[in-house]
Amino acid sequence: MSEQHIKLPEGSIEKNSTTLNLGPTHPATHGVFQNILELDGERIVSAEQTVGYIHRAFEKIAERRPLYQITPLTDRLNYCSSPINNTGWHLTCEKLLGVKIPKRVDYLRIIIMELARISDHLICNSVVGVDSGAYTGFLYVMQYRELIYEIYEEICGSRLTTNMGRIGGFERNFTNLAFEKLEKFLAEYPEVLREFENLFTRNRIFMERTIGAGPISGERALNYGFTGPNLRAAGVDYDVRVHTPYSSYEDFDFEIPVGTTGDCYDRFLVRNQEMWQSINLIKQAYRKVQEFKGAEAEVYHADAPAYYLPEKKDVYTKMEALIWHFKIIMGETDIPPGEVYLSVEGANGELGFYLISDGGRAPYRLHFRRPCFIYYQAYSELTKGSMLSDAVIVMSSLNLIAGEMDG
Amino acid sequence: MSLTNETIKEQLIGKFGEQVSHFEEPYGMLSFESLNEINLKVMQFLYDEPGLQFRFLTDLCAVHFPGQTGREIAVVYHLHNLVENVRIRFKVFTDIEKPDVFTATQLFSAANWMERETFDFYGVNFVGHPNLKRILNVDEMDYFPMRKEYPLEEQTRIDKDDAMFGR
Amino acid sequence: MARPVRFNIHPIAADIKNNISVTEMPPGHTGEGFFATRLSDVVGLARKNSIWPLPFATSCCGIEFMALMGSHYDFARFGAERLGFSPRQCDLLMVMGTIAKKMGPPLKQVYLQMAEPRWVMAVGACAASGGIFDSYSVLQGIDQIIPVDVYVPGCPPRPEAIIDGFLRIQDLVGEERLRRRNSEQYQGLMDSYGIK
Repeated sequence: MSEQHIKLPEGSIEKNSTTLNLGPTHPATHGVFQNILELDGERIVSAEQTVGYIHRAFEKIAERRPLYQITPLTDRLNYCSSPINNTGWHLTCEKLLGVKIPKRVDYLRIIIMELARISDHLICNSVVGVDSGAYTGFLYVMQYRELIYEIYEEICGSRLTTNMGRIGGFERNFTNLAFEKLEKFLAEYPEVLREFENLFTRNRIFMERTIGAGPISGERALNYGFTGPNLRAAGVDYDVRVHTPYSSYEDFDFEIPVGTTGDCYDRFLVRNQEMWQSINLIKQAYRKVQEFKGAEAEVYHADAPAYYLPEKKDVYTKMEALIWHFKIIMGETDIPPGEVYLSVEGANGELGFYLISDGGRAPYRLHFRRPCFIYYQAYSELTKGSMLSDAVIVMSSLNLIAGEMDG
Repeated sequence: MSLTNETIKEQLIGKFGEQVSHFEEPYGMLSFESLNEINLKVMQFLYDEPGLQFRFLTDLCAVHFPGQTGREIAVVYHLHNLVENVRIRFKVFTDIEKPDVFTATQLFSAANWMERETFDFYGVNFVGHPNLKRILNVDEMDYFPMRKEYPLEEQTRIDKDDAMFGR
Repeated sequence: MARPVRFNIHPIAADIKNNISVTEMPPGHTGEGFFATRLSDVVGLARKNSIWPLPFATSCCGIEFMALMGSHYDFARFGAERLGFSPRQCDLLMVMGTIAKKMGPPLKQVYLQMAEPRWVMAVGACAASGGIFDSYSVLQGIDQIIPVDVYVPGCPPRPEAIIDGFLRIQDLVGEERLRRRNSEQYQGLMDSYGIK
C-alpha cells in the first residue's frame, strides 16, 4: 500500500493511545457499522461510532408508496423479526383508518409476533455465544429457526422478509398444516431451549466473559432512550405490550423479566427468559384460538372492504374484487388525513411508527422510531474502561441490527 | 390523581401562557406547539414539574411543510411519562432559511443522534449540539435529502428508465 | 395443491443407497500406473471443491446465509467449510445484502485486497441491481464498482437458490482456463472498473 491510501490524522504519531478500527466489515455477521476505538494497551479509552453504511432511505421511499407498498419496506427494518414490524405497520394504518380488528385475528397476530420474537432472540443469544467462541449453541438453535421459517411459509409464503398480513388481518386463514407445525414447535422447542441454556447459563467461561461487561444503570439507560431487553436488563420494567397493550395483549398472562446491572450477562438472561415467556404466550394464544368454533373459527380479517385487499380467488374471478384490489394497491382509496404515533414491542425495544397523512395516496411523512439507532449511542459509555474483547461482546449482546439502525 | 390531557394542558398554559398553542388530541395523544426559542424551557418544565415528570424522550424527528412560509420545518418531540403512562407530542416550527433550534442533548442523551439524523435529513441546526455532523448519509453530501424538493431516486443512474418504471 | 411437505413434520427414513455423490474424473488418458489429463482440469477440480468464501453480509440476505451455514442446508458439504473474513485468504467474495454508496469504498477495498484468482457472487436483489431500494443512497448493483461472476436473484433468495449460485461458481471455477487472468479481455474488464 502506498502512502496515498494512508493519511495519518493530526498528532497520531505523538499520542499514547492506539487507534483501532473495528468495522464496517468485521467477522461477525451482525451488520455494517464502524467503531473507531482508542485503546490504551488493552483498555478502551473512547469509542466513536459511524453508522449509515446501509442507509436505504426508507423514510423517503415511504413518501412515494401507498400504504400496502410500505409493508415490504417495514420487513427490512429488523429483518430477524419481520412479522413484528409488519404487524406494527398494519396496526398504525388501522389506527389511522379506524378499522376494528376481531379477536381471533388479534390472537393469531400474537402467535406470529411471539414466534418472531423467539426467532430474533435466538439469533442474538446464539451470536453472543459465537462471539465468545462457542459455536455449538448457534447450530443447535438454527435448526429450530428453520421450523419457525416453515411456519411463516405456511402462513404467508416467505421465510425471512415475510410481508405478512393485511390492514385488517391476514391474507388467508392459517391452514391445518400451519397449526400442526406450530404444535410440533411447541412440543419440541422447550427442550432445545433448555439444552441451549445448559450450554451457556452456568458455564464458567461464558459467565466470566459476560458478567461485568458493558453495565449500565437504569437512570442512564432511560436517559439514553433504551427500550426493550437492554432496558429491562438494566432494571426498568418497561414493556410496550404491558404499558400500551395492542392486539389484545391485555387478555394474556405473562411476566416481564428484569435484570439488575444491565451487563451482557443480564441481557443474555433477560432474552432467554423472554423466550420462555413467548412460548407461554404462544400456548395461551393457541388455546384461545382453538376455542373459537363454527363460523367464528373462519374469521381471519376485519370487515373493511375499503382497505382490506379482497381474496385472491375472488380477484381472479369477479370483476368488483379485481377493481377493489387494483384501487387499494394503487392507492386510489381515500385515506383520511391525520397524525398518529403507534409503537409495538419489537425484539429490540419500542418500534414506533409516526405517520402523518394529508389525504393523498402516500403518507406525507413516515418516521420510524428505531430502537437500535437510539441505544447504539450509548456504546461509548458502555465500553469505556473495559477491555478490547469486551467491545465485541457488548456489541453483539446489544443486538444491533444494521437494517434497523440505518433505515 | 391521574394525569390527563386536560391537566397537562392547564399546567402548560399556566406556566407559558401564549407561548404554547394549537392544542389538539389526534387519536388520543395530546399534541401542542410552542415557540421555537422556548423549546428547552418547555421540555425542562415537563421534565421537572412534580405533576408532569415526562422523563423519557421517545422520538425526535422533523417534518417539512414547504407551503407555510416562515414555518417550514417542524421539529417534533414525542415525550413519555413512564410512571403515569401518558404520551404527548410537542412541536416547534422554524424557518427554512435559518433553521436554528436549541439542542435537547443536556436533558436527554438520547437526543444526540436523533438530532444528528434530523440535521442530516433536513438541515436543522441544533444550537449547542456537541457533534453536529452527518450520520446516515455520506459525509460529502451537500444537500438535505428529505426535504420535499429533492427527488427520491439518484439522478445519475443510467440503467433504470423512468418511463418504464412509471415515474 | 400444496407441495408435499417433508421436513420436520413427517420425517422420511434416511436412505444412503444412491445418495452419495462422488466427483467424476476429468476426461483423459489412463494407462498402467498413469493418468494424463489437462492441467487446468485438475487444478479446476481441486479449486472448485474447496472454495474459501468471504461472506460480506450486510443485511437480510446475511441472515439467509446464516441459515445456509446451519445444519439444515449445510453449506459445508460443497467444500465451503472454512469461511474466511480476511480477503487475503479467500477465493470467493459473496456480497449479500444492500450496498449503500457509503459502503462502496470498503467493498472495493476488500475486493482489491483479494488475491487472484478471485470470484464474486452477488447474492440478493440489492447486490445485483439495487433491489427494491431505488433511492439516492443505495448503489444500484455492485457491478457498478466490481466485476461480478454470478448473480443470485431473490429477496432474500432461499438457501437453495444461494446453493444454486454456488454451484454455478463451481462450474466457472472448474472450467477456468489457466491463462484467463492474464488475457487481454480480462485486463480490459479490470481496466473498465479502474482496477490495476
